[in-house]
Amino acid sequence: MTIATVISAASGGEGFAPPGPADFHLPPLFGEVTKPMLLVVLAAVLVFAFTYLAARPAAVVPGRLQFAGEYVYGFVRNGIARESIGSEHFMKFVPYLFALFLFVAVNNYFGLVPFIQYPPMSHFGFPLGLALLTWILYIGVGIGKHGFLGYLKHITIPSGVKGPVLAIIIPLEFLSNILVRPATLSLRLFANMFAGHLLLMLFAFGGEYLLFESTSLINGIAGVLSFVMFGAVTVLELLIMFLQAYVFTLLTATYLGESLADEH
Amino acid sequence: MSESLMAAAGEPNPLVPHTVEIVLGAVVFLLLVAAIAKFVVPRFEKAYAERTAAIEGGIAEAEQAQTEAKAALEQYTAQLADARHEAAAIREEAKEQGAQIIAEMRAQAQAEADRITSSAHAQIEAERAQVVAQLKSEVGALATELAGRIVGESLADDDRQKRTVARFIDELEGSAN
Repeated sequence: MTIATVISAASGGEGFAPPGPADFHLPPLFGEVTKPMLLVVLAAVLVFAFTYLAARPAAVVPGRLQFAGEYVYGFVRNGIARESIGSEHFMKFVPYLFALFLFVAVNNYFGLVPFIQYPPMSHFGFPLGLALLTWILYIGVGIGKHGFLGYLKHITIPSGVKGPVLAIIIPLEFLSNILVRPATLSLRLFANMFAGHLLLMLFAFGGEYLLFESTSLINGIAGVLSFVMFGAVTVLELLIMFLQAYVFTLLTATYLGESLADEH
Repeated sequence: MSESLMAAAGEPNPLVPHTVEIVLGAVVFLLLVAAIAKFVVPRFEKAYAERTAAIEGGIAEAEQAQTEAKAALEQYTAQLADARHEAAAIREEAKEQGAQIIAEMRAQAQAEADRITSSAHAQIEAERAQVVAQLKSEVGALATELAGRIVGESLADDDRQKRTVARFIDELEGSAN
């Protein structure tokens, strides 16, 4: 907001409207259907199309597309699932984690694709839905493995903790492992996408405003700088978009691994 | 402050999730998970398994081929050694046999030569004895004939006597031939 006020002050208070949350709420395209809804479906279709075409040959000597698909698949399967869940149970969760990683990643990268330029995960509802699924899954798996009370004990009492400390530990562990996790999981993804997109909009709109709505040379230079920053933030976003998909998937796998672990 | 309040009032709060989006996102994602679990993961795993099998099979095959090759090499080496050994034995035997044959031939030739020499000697001896015997009988007869002729002729006639002797000698020579 401070940058926006500076810009609006520099432009002589002509009324540059900085981008805000309202810019994320586009009018529905038709009926009740909005752009992010359509993009979420498109992401699912794209992910399935890519993975299906890559996996279909199932050749011993892979082609280029199969190799690319196997690379991503191996990354999630071995790098995330097997590492976090252990080689005994991880295969059951590979489809979920593989789909999760690609689904979130593709949705995130919609934020940079020209003419789409909108990350659906900046709508809190989508990451919240995914986080709730993960939440249900890891709690369900934990209850399935340890029983209801066994799982409560497993998740709230760290091994080796005894005595009156438990009176503090149990509520804290319950809070952090059961109640806070879906919130942090969804908020992390949402906030990153929201802030990143806001930042990109700010530099793009601000740069445009400074360059074209003002005749001052200083404003022109500031406008060019603003576009340079837009490029820099775009590169940063490329990294963040991958990283957020990775973190979401990795945390899901970690929670699952924890639910399946014998010792807390 | 008042601006931000106004903004909060006027703008939608991004932290309030839309139920439609929660449900839509979750449902679309679950459909994706189901599709990937059914159509994608089994194929990737199949490719993995087949590749592993192919690599392991290839390694096993190579190992087997190597052991086979080693066995064959050992067999050939052994056979070669056997063959060499055998060849040496055969050569040795041939040498021995050759020497033996030469010795036998030599002995045989010697015996033959001895036999031929001795038979020649015997023949010569026999012929000589025969000639001597024949000569003895003929000399006697001739001497008798000569004496009779000499006695039957006139002793006075010297020329006749000389001619008679010469004729005798001639006859002798003619008979000898």
